Amino acid sequence: MEKILFLAHTDSNGQLPKVALETLNAALQIKQGLAGSTLTIGLVGENVQAAADQIASCGMEKALGVSGADFGMSRYATDVKAAAALGTASGATIIIAPATSRFSRALPGAAFRLKATIDTHVSGIQFTEGVLQIQRWYYRQRMMATLTRVARPWIIAIDSGVFPPWQGTKGSAKVEAVSVAVADQEKRTKMTGIEAPSADAQTIRPEAQILLVAGAGWTKKQTDGQIHAKEAEKHILDFLKLAKASLGSSKSLVDQGSEGEAVLTCMSHLNQVGQTGSTPRHPKGLSTCCHGEEPHVVGWRFINERRAINTDASCGWAQGKADVLYVADAFAVMSKVNELLAKG
Amino acid sequence: MTTAYNIIVCGSLVPDPLQTLEPIQGPTGPALKNEMMLPSVLDPWAGHSLFEAANLAKQHPGSKVTLLSIGPKAKLQQLMMIIAQKVPFELVCLDGSASGFMDSREVAAALAGAIEKIPGLDKTKLLVFGGCSSASRDSGTTMQMIAEQLGITDVFLAVDELKFQADGSFRLLERVEGGQYQVSTCTGAPVVIGWATGNLPEPPNNPQVGMANMRTIMPSLQKAQPAGLKTDAIKFASVQLPGQQRQTRIVKDTPIDEIAKEIVTWIKG
Ligand SMILES: Cc1cc2nc3c(=O)[nH]c(=O)nc-3n(C[C@H](O)[C@H](O)[C@H](O)COP(=O)(O)OP(=O)(O)OC[C@H]3O[C@@H](n4cnc5c(N)ncnc54)[C@H](O)[C@@H]3O)c2cc1C
Repeated sequence: MEKILFLAHTDSNGQLPKVALETLNAALQIKQGLAGSTLTIGLVGENVQAAADQIASCGMEKALGVSGADFGMSRYATDVKAAAALGTASGATIIIAPATSRFSRALPGAAFRLKATIDTHVSGIQFTEGVLQIQRWYYRQRMMATLTRVARPWIIAIDSGVFPPWQGTKGSAKVEAVSVAVADQEKRTKMTGIEAPSADAQTIRPEAQILLVAGAGWTKKQTDGQIHAKEAEKHILDFLKLAKASLGSSKSLVDQGSEGEAVLTCMSHLNQVGQTGSTPRHPKGLSTCCHGEEPHVVGWRFINERRAINTDASCGWAQGKADVLYVADAFAVMSKVNELLAKG
Repeated sequence: MTTAYNIIVCGSLVPDPLQTLEPIQGPTGPALKNEMMLPSVLDPWAGHSLFEAANLAKQHPGSKVTLLSIGPKAKLQQLMMIIAQKVPFELVCLDGSASGFMDSREVAAALAGAIEKIPGLDKTKLLVFGGCSSASRDSGTTMQMIAEQLGITDVFLAVDELKFQADGSFRLLERVEGGQYQVSTCTGAPVVIGWATGNLPEPPNNPQVGMANMRTIMPSLQKAQPAGLKTDAIKFASVQLPGQQRQTRIVKDTPIDEIAKEIVTWIKG
């Protein structure tokens, strides 16, 4: 029998972010899988009532909240204190939380204060002979482990896109306030805003159905001996707009910025996919002018259907890394693809 | 007058990402096949933090960069041959496993303990750097636990930029959801920063830097103490390589129009 705490924070609108609703489903599955367990909700935010009401019908035993102006912003010192206070107040043995950027920063500190263990980037749960096991990847998506822990409390941070979001009716939840005093020392950091990496249109769209990956080939000399960076950028941006795609990049392409070569201004390191980049989740991915080397392709672990366009028939994508490899000039293909998409 | 900082960079070795990795069951839990033979690199995000540290030290005269690593001594020595010529640093190291299967709590406790033992460390001028997560465990939890043990309450994760402002405060950009940055200010040291890529290219090798670094690297390797890491916190049921390789269909010598049509049908399907 476990005391489960579903721990979440509100977003800028005072609601729960989608990944929190997904994580709530994970918490409910764990409650169901471990007979006799209880579920407490713990919320952090400037005002947590609306978020508690949003999930009032989820089957919680109790709702706890840390709220106030100090908890409206994403800041380590106050978030870690709030999370630890909710952990203590709930007496939780298992804490399930969404791996938002805010909690990814704070939860490990809360684990330390609670003398808890923690696993992050959890991408699955299962029960074996009544024991909760989690799945997570090691060596940047190279191998998957199934593991459990005996020590409690155990904090489990769930990645986005793993569980379907919880859907249920709103209600009115009674939130028990957990008071947390904040010292001046804990307000040395202030969040001053959110900034897009460049003035250009938002190119990273986690909810997109398709990921377009651009590789360094786009800025290499083509058969006419010339570099066509402007044209490349147009094909890429047109596709993003027409297919409502998210934009990923190889490392080589985004590194060119710091190494003084031709660059695509729509790209930054934030777009980089792979070993030292991101591992986005999308149903489909189209790779263009990218060789498909292993350190790049590990970032495609959660892309279900994969296609690639490359002039080189023996590139990495041909080695079982894509479902389809089109051996062709991406400039020509993408120009035509955009033309067809524009026709609707 | 600029402040001289004590910058500690936590980072160790990981297998070269171009290597094929295979999990095996070792005597104390999962391990990598031929782990001691695999060529290693400096953990990439920690590597970026080392380059950022060196750049900051250059701008703040009197600052010192210390690289703090836990790894098997012999492998650390090989790693130092690769990175010693990059930027000036002093090495502090502990002899122990650099495996991804270690629990971060153990690793953080050993690292924080080693920081506390650095002689003459002024915590008010301390910047603790590292990667936002490792390429081995990939948990993104170690830096925060180090912060907790050192009593540092200003922690930033996935940072791409740290700017020093005229009044001595910091302005930081942290990666957040949807490819955006959270902008924060902090009144100053001490802070703990888990870096993402930053903005600096990898520095070219400089043999003179290498020679100067070697003067502290070799003695540090020789007197490396055991890290004392335990391996019993996690009960692994299995560690497996992902199952299927895809059967790639290669479409060659096909008119562009046909390829484009097929791609559009697939996108819409
Ligand atoms: C420690 C470490 C970490 C790394 N982390 C990452 C990471 O996170 N992400 C990552 O991406 N890489 C990473 N790498 C680098 C990786 O090994 C590759 O070097 C990189 O992915 C190559 O990028 P690319 O395929 O875009 O460029 P290239 O290797 O230069 O390939 C360009 C491709 O474009 C094709 N091309 C050119 N013109 C056309 C055209 N007109 N039409 C179609 N195709 C064309 C070429 O045939 C070629 O295959 C890492 C490497 C190391 C050592």
